[in-house]
Amino acid sequence: MKAPISWLREYVALPDTLDAHELATRLIGYGHEVERVESAGADVMGPVVVGRVLDLEKNEQKNGKLINWCHVDVGELNDPETGNRGIICGAHNFVAGDYVVVALPGAVLPGDFAIAARKTYGHVSDGMICSTSELGLGDDGTHGIIVLGDTDDAGRLLVPGQDAGPLLHLREDVLDIAVTPDMGYCLSIRGLAREAAEATGSSFTDVIDRDVPSPVSDGFPVSVEDPTGCPVFVALRLTGLDPQAQSPRWMRRRLALSGMRPISLGVDVTNYVMLETGQPLHAYDAATLQDGIVVRRARAGEKLTTLDGVVRTLDPQDLLITDGSGPIGLAGVMGGEHTELRETTTEVILESANFDALSMSRTARRHALGSEAARRNERGVDPNAAYAAAHRAAALLVEYGGATLDPAETVVGAVPVTPVQTIAVDLPSRILGTTISVADTIRHLEGGGTLVERHGGQLALVPPTWRPDLMDPYDYVEEVGRKVGLDSIEGILPAAPAGAGFTASQRARRALNLALPTAGFTEVLSFPFIAVDDLDRMGVPADDARRDVVTVANPLSDVQPKLRTTLLPGLFGAVARNTSRSLDDLALYEQGAIFRGTERPAAPRLPVDRRPSGKETAALTSALPEQPRHLACVLTGYWRRPGWPGAGEPVSWVHAAHFAETAAETVGLVLERRAAEVAPWHPGRCAELSVAGTVVGHAGELHPTVCEAYGLPARTCAAELDLDLLIALAPEGGQVASISSHPVAKEDVALVVDASVASADVEAALVRGAGDLLESVRLFDVYEGEQIPAGKKSLAYALRFRAADRTLKDKEAIAARDAAVAAAAELGAELRS
Amino acid sequence: MSGPNTNYDPVETTPLQVEALEQMVAEAKAAFAQAVTVADLKAARIAHTGDRSPLALANREIGALPPQARKEAGQRIGKARGEVNQALKVRDEEVRAAELQRVLVEERIDVSLPTEIQPRGAVHPITGLMDRMGEVFVAMGWEVAEGPEAEAEWVNFDALNIHPDHPARQMQDTLYLEPLETNTLLRTHTSPVQMRTMLDREVPIYIVCPGKVYRADELDATHVPVFHQIEGLCVDKGITFAHLRGTLEHLAKAMFGEVRTRMRPNYFPFTEPSAEVDLECFVCHGESVGNPDRPCRTCNSEGWIEWGGCGVVNPRVLRAAGIDPEVYSGFAFGMGIERTLMFRNDAADMRDMVEGDIRFSRSLMGGAR
Repeated sequence: MKAPISWLREYVALPDTLDAHELATRLIGYGHEVERVESAGADVMGPVVVGRVLDLEKNEQKNGKLINWCHVDVGELNDPETGNRGIICGAHNFVAGDYVVVALPGAVLPGDFAIAARKTYGHVSDGMICSTSELGLGDDGTHGIIVLGDTDDAGRLLVPGQDAGPLLHLREDVLDIAVTPDMGYCLSIRGLAREAAEATGSSFTDVIDRDVPSPVSDGFPVSVEDPTGCPVFVALRLTGLDPQAQSPRWMRRRLALSGMRPISLGVDVTNYVMLETGQPLHAYDAATLQDGIVVRRARAGEKLTTLDGVVRTLDPQDLLITDGSGPIGLAGVMGGEHTELRETTTEVILESANFDALSMSRTARRHALGSEAARRNERGVDPNAAYAAAHRAAALLVEYGGATLDPAETVVGAVPVTPVQTIAVDLPSRILGTTISVADTIRHLEGGGTLVERHGGQLALVPPTWRPDLMDPYDYVEEVGRKVGLDSIEGILPAAPAGAGFTASQRARRALNLALPTAGFTEVLSFPFIAVDDLDRMGVPADDARRDVVTVANPLSDVQPKLRTTLLPGLFGAVARNTSRSLDDLALYEQGAIFRGTERPAAPRLPVDRRPSGKETAALTSALPEQPRHLACVLTGYWRRPGWPGAGEPVSWVHAAHFAETAAETVGLVLERRAAEVAPWHPGRCAELSVAGTVVGHAGELHPTVCEAYGLPARTCAAELDLDLLIALAPEGGQVASISSHPVAKEDVALVVDASVASADVEAALVRGAGDLLESVRLFDVYEGEQIPAGKKSLAYALRFRAADRTLKDKEAIAARDAAVAAAAELGAELRS
Repeated sequence: MSGPNTNYDPVETTPLQVEALEQMVAEAKAAFAQAVTVADLKAARIAHTGDRSPLALANREIGALPPQARKEAGQRIGKARGEVNQALKVRDEEVRAAELQRVLVEERIDVSLPTEIQPRGAVHPITGLMDRMGEVFVAMGWEVAEGPEAEAEWVNFDALNIHPDHPARQMQDTLYLEPLETNTLLRTHTSPVQMRTMLDREVPIYIVCPGKVYRADELDATHVPVFHQIEGLCVDKGITFAHLRGTLEHLAKAMFGEVRTRMRPNYFPFTEPSAEVDLECFVCHGESVGNPDRPCRTCNSEGWIEWGGCGVVNPRVLRAAGIDPEVYSGFAFGMGIERTLMFRNDAADMRDMVEGDIRFSRSLMGGAR
């Protein structure tokens, strides 16, 4: 809502010293979001004055263009030698004797356009005759240069040389306010003036100067079939309107400053009164109306061509204005094309009605119609404003359009009764946490129009008709709070009871966000959406759990309408973005939810006036997809780049496995790894990761076709873990090691096994066979080559033995070693000779 | 060389004469002094203190002396050898010290060389900031609550007093999940976590809910459709707007130092009264306002920065959670992490936060600075 200050001042007696910025500050304190104070016309500077055209000479140019060489009287600013100013003008909508607006040398117009005397078309043009757009007045419905009348708005004769600014209402401060949904009444000068009056302690004059009277049906016939949808309907008839009459300059200027385009007197007046009172009005060309008006719901299949030229199929819930011909308007939202005012209209039916807000908002949204009328009606308009607003508009049409108001008028319905609420007198103090006297509480409520009756410790409250938002006790607390000033309430830090700190899962995830970056990985955050073909590109089989995809009904992008069931596509996208920016060495990771569950039961629609039962809460949750947190990494390029210490180390499956192991160790787990064939990994280079038999994820090198499908560098590696599962498996507590200070006995063994045997299995056998004396085992060499048979590999292990209570004898260590080798022999391992 | 003088025949042997011994000592000292390296000194040591050194040979001559002369000669030799050994020791220390010095100089390296032994990692600045804000509350005894991102419409909207005709519930603002009959969506704020907490836990409740939220917004410099919030909820007996303010003031100080807050009345369906909380600009502290010579980028020279929304929990919300608003009251607040990062760490374009560019992730070197 844009509110020119002069318009506000008509209804609130603001002190002359109060400037627009100070007013804005006061209104902000009252809960009105003043986004800007615009200084309209401030970009017009210097001499812009009234000029009287003395004569004009039409000069045709060589290029065929016709220009006017004019002599203009600008009074005291005339050239002393010639007694006028010579000015070239290309417009033709004026004649000698007209009063025009002249920007003289020294003036600056919007866009930093400095006016100077200049030679053009063979003359020295000593200024410029201005159009509305050149002065930054916008499109006010006129064309060409501005032709002033002989007098100003007050009827005083114009004098050449006088400042044109005030005549044009050029300079004006305008408040631009983002009105909150609960304060619909502030979508009007009336509402804002009332707020400004309270916020500044100034007196207020209500433009709604009369109540809706008892129903009367003397005028144009109106029948309301749905009184809930349309509680009040006022119709006035005006005759003898001059179709040529123009809106006065001040009205056009205010409409333009408020962001509305002036069109014609009839339309301008309805818009002007709507902005002023908040009451949307509609004017019909009486000649086009057939029979009386009927307000009713639409019938299935009915159609209406609205003012914007769109043919709309109506919904049975749409509230309509109809006449004998059928629908002529979407009530309160937009009128119909057929009955709108036209250039020939002389007889007008003015509609000023109150409609049910909910019905309005549904219709407006159903038809995606965001008209100014709908904006007000869907927030709720003061039902008591309809009659006074109609008369305000009629008076303007009478004054500026020469119309006559038919005294026979129509009023249908009555202002609905507003609901009474009762609050404890100290409720505002108790909830706001500051002491507010009862007198102040009552004063603030009454100041806003609420009727207050005190009954002991209680206040009985009746809100004014323009405040449909005042319903609950806390609505009144807010009302008092914003007037006391929320910013004046001093803060008190509440004392929370002792807490338990982070949960185990939160601690684990925080620890991971330290450990993984320390291990060399960089976190990225991707959107959790995937494309329809992502799973195909990854080669995920049809029966894989990752195919249990949830679809977004109205996705941000048609390309990615699914929720991720794996973090990898998002990370692939991040790799692509980085490599496209020549960032080629990447170790990226992400923690985040994945979503599974195409088929789900419906969540119940529960009431909100009570706590849902346990069963209902469970039903809410069972409608949701499964949402476990995952943890994944993608690696490409070099792990360690080539540099001064030597050759680089390209990323490999080892780093993907290391990522998973670092994560597991961070939460206190050791992963087991075994070969697995799982998409999107290389079938020979994928490790299944498990903890005590429970699979928690996979790591390895990606399948070459996946790299190709995603445009990833060859040999990109990745890991993905079910993080929630991993954390759930993490041990609590645990036992610290007892440290032996006895000497260690070292034994190395080299074992030859089939190349297909997993080293982890050999190691497990060694551990099993070696028994309790084994302190550690470490694989220190893997050899395949000429010195051993083909198809075999040699694995060399360093075994360390130590007893808790004694120094081991050589033969004890050797016996343990032999037992370890014997266990490995079960896998076909032989000691390498 | 003479054999043992078993006949006690007093024989004067030249090497045992005082002058000869002095000569030997002098030569040894001179040789040591000339030695520069450990190897030089070793050669000199062997030559002057070894088995075949003149002093060793002279020592053997003692046996040839008559018994009564041996003692004196022995003392003389001993003194000479002592003098030589002492000189050797001194020189040995000098030579070793010099040699070490030389080695240390030779082994000097360029300590400014890069130390790239593995990639440099970092948490995303959004994660770092969100975690940091959570810590402020945990330190006060609050807890961090989390909940599902795909949520039931009732929890996300209805229970929070956002009625079915509220504009936010339209398809152009909210991402709904198929099948539409499930009445499920991607949460538009972390407030459903507050509702779930009220349903799951006993009052008093002091929680913050950080997390990812979704809006059907176009991605541009100041909007991302998937972003992060941190919301807080306190429900207890006697909770007031003043407690809300006190809590926000504490958070502001913890995150930005000594700054004031400003409460502007506003409207949210789930709080009543509602307010926007502004933060005094922590860079210019308002000095840029009306001062074109000292413009402030952080607050656009407005002196205040819009931070988040807040208010007293609407009793309708408490009722939907089965909490008696006659007994309990509460407050709630919420702020965007991306927006906070923007003004706190000078992030110019929100798109940088979601594109996965490692330069952005690493720009704060992890954590929240």
